[in-house]
Amino acid sequence: MDFLIFKAPMLMVQASLDGILLGILFALIAYGMALQWGVMNIINIAQGDLVILGGYIAYTIYLWGIHPAWGVIISPIIMFFVGWGLYKLVINKVVDRDLFISILATFGIAIVFQQLMNFIFGADVVVAQSEYGTTMLFDNSVTLPNSKIFSAFISVLYAVALVIYMKKSRLGRAIRATAQNARAAKILGVDTEKVYAATFGINAALCGIAGALISITLTLHPYVGLPYTVRSFMIVIVAGLGNLPAVAVSGMGLGLFEEFADYILGTEFRIGAVFLLLVLILVYRRFKLSKKREYLK
Amino acid sequence: MNKIAKLFVTFISAITLALVSFTSSFAKVDGEYIVLGSAISLTGKYSSNGVHTQNGYNMAVDRINKMGGVEVQGKKYKFEIIYYDDESNPKRAAQLAERLIKQDGVHYMLGPYSSGLTKAIAPVTEKYKIPMVEANGASRSLFTKGYKYLFAVLSPANQYLEVAIDLAVEKNGGKGVKIAQAFEQDAFSQDVRLGILDAAKRTGSEIIIDDKLPKELNDMAATLAKVKAVKPDVLVVSGHTKGALTAIRQISEMKVDVPMLAMTHCDAAKLSKQHGKKSEFALCASQWHKNLSYKDKFFGSGKKYAKDFQKEFGYDPPYQSAESSAALLVFKDAFERANSFDRDAVRDALVDTEMQTFYGNIKFGPGGQNVAKPMILFQVRCKGDDCENRVVAPTKWASDKFYHPIPKWSERS
Repeated sequence: MDFLIFKAPMLMVQASLDGILLGILFALIAYGMALQWGVMNIINIAQGDLVILGGYIAYTIYLWGIHPAWGVIISPIIMFFVGWGLYKLVINKVVDRDLFISILATFGIAIVFQQLMNFIFGADVVVAQSEYGTTMLFDNSVTLPNSKIFSAFISVLYAVALVIYMKKSRLGRAIRATAQNARAAKILGVDTEKVYAATFGINAALCGIAGALISITLTLHPYVGLPYTVRSFMIVIVAGLGNLPAVAVSGMGLGLFEEFADYILGTEFRIGAVFLLLVLILVYRRFKLSKKREYLK
Repeated sequence: MNKIAKLFVTFISAITLALVSFTSSFAKVDGEYIVLGSAISLTGKYSSNGVHTQNGYNMAVDRINKMGGVEVQGKKYKFEIIYYDDESNPKRAAQLAERLIKQDGVHYMLGPYSSGLTKAIAPVTEKYKIPMVEANGASRSLFTKGYKYLFAVLSPANQYLEVAIDLAVEKNGGKGVKIAQAFEQDAFSQDVRLGILDAAKRTGSEIIIDDKLPKELNDMAATLAKVKAVKPDVLVVSGHTKGALTAIRQISEMKVDVPMLAMTHCDAAKLSKQHGKKSEFALCASQWHKNLSYKDKFFGSGKKYAKDFQKEFGYDPPYQSAESSAALLVFKDAFERANSFDRDAVRDALVDTEMQTFYGNIKFGPGGQNVAKPMILFQVRCKGDDCENRVVAPTKWASDKFYHPIPKWSERS
């Protein structure tokens, strides 16, 4: 049973496509995390909860009778301001402090967001319907929900747009300068405070897009944010900061790895296998660093 | 600490102490009220079912009080419940149970919502020898620990989907079937799984997929791809509402054709509200359905209960509310038979319970579980996007014929 996947080659195609499509979506969330981690040195535990809030925004417009796909435009706009506000309210107080304080602060934000969402939207699990139908390949033996294809497409679109924006625009360059050396950037006239607020806003907006996509592909619930935080954290750890292509590859790679682990090791070891991989990668990195004699004790 | 602060602390402690001793004096019976306690999830992830539970309790309290209350030693008493919000957190629930017993002097408890929280509270009530009638903890492990003060009006979790396997075997001409199953890794769902394993053994059926889904379940595409490849006769899924909604979403999107789909936590109201007619033909395990023919003098029939509940709270009662109401009927019956407020007398009376309520027959087994009431299965059937639960098993109460096999997705409009 365990090796069903090798007996049915079509399952391999199915697993690969499922893994890649889901991985792209996770990569988008991870990209936001990598961005603000790199710029502000903050590990955002509330990342997943921002995603879910974005999802609820899409779900709300769906309840108003608007197609939930519009969520990928409306949700990031609202979420940008949520992120901006969050920065002004909490994050700016912890941005220069040590990592532990930022983890505590964002953990607090996560709890407040969960309870707020529970209060506003209720504890029931909800989904928005895109009615996009299904693409069937190879005589119906491989099926891909069009909503997943749509979500991967939108994720790629936004990621590319953001890369171009970061390269070309003034703010983008300011963000990159701040990430490299905040003090130097400040001396050269970059308003780092504004850059930080914008970065956090952009991160929240990316979460908003991902959330809107999750509302039509998976399920929403006020308390399912944490797995998204953990997943994106993992992707960033594997990819490293400030390395966008690596984030994309690591997102898809983890998605693929997870799907195959499901078939080969069993569903119950799916998450465990991913964590094991994470540990191996960290050990390998340390080993490589110590070999290069760059590791500072 | 300076002097003023010290004084302040002493003052506060004195007041707290005074309050504690004052509240303890309420004890079990306060004037004409029998005080029951319950920690219940009014916030947090179980809050919607927590509210259903509370509504069920309140409905029964009102009804019993209105119809004369509880008669003990010739005097009429009324029920009153002290609620605390456990925030869907087992640790908090256990603390609150302790507080209800030690500070509020409660001598009789009503259960919280969910198996997990009941598991957290049961050791506390057991320690203080407080009888607890619970209506929302079905996990089998609650009934194997030898608890003496725990009584559950509901059927244990392992019975949830056994009927479905029997039904599949029956449709297969009495021969064993191929079962694919996917269960979340939580106490409740794993108990449901044990029930299926028993049923498979009993009927000579074969389990060809046995997936354990992660708790943060949001994607079961891999399981469903396997199901497509191996073509089982029946697919069984249990993972609370999230599992049911995820399953329906992905089964319909991936066009997975199975002759029979059996789940828990999937009544039509929830499923069809989210998924419309995509949820049609799903079989759902339920503790109760309003069309069953059980009766009692307080609520009349299930239908009458549903009507009254709808009038009071504005929605159709889920089984969580019905079973919670039944818990109060059990308490009333036990108090009157014990004819005393002595905890052990009430506990002994509970052991001997044998009654019919609108919710079903109630008789407690040695572990405290209800052994007199079978689980029922209903099938979601739709007209347009308007779906409802129709009872299909057991045959005694079936209002509709079981639709089998489920039409292929290519044939569904």
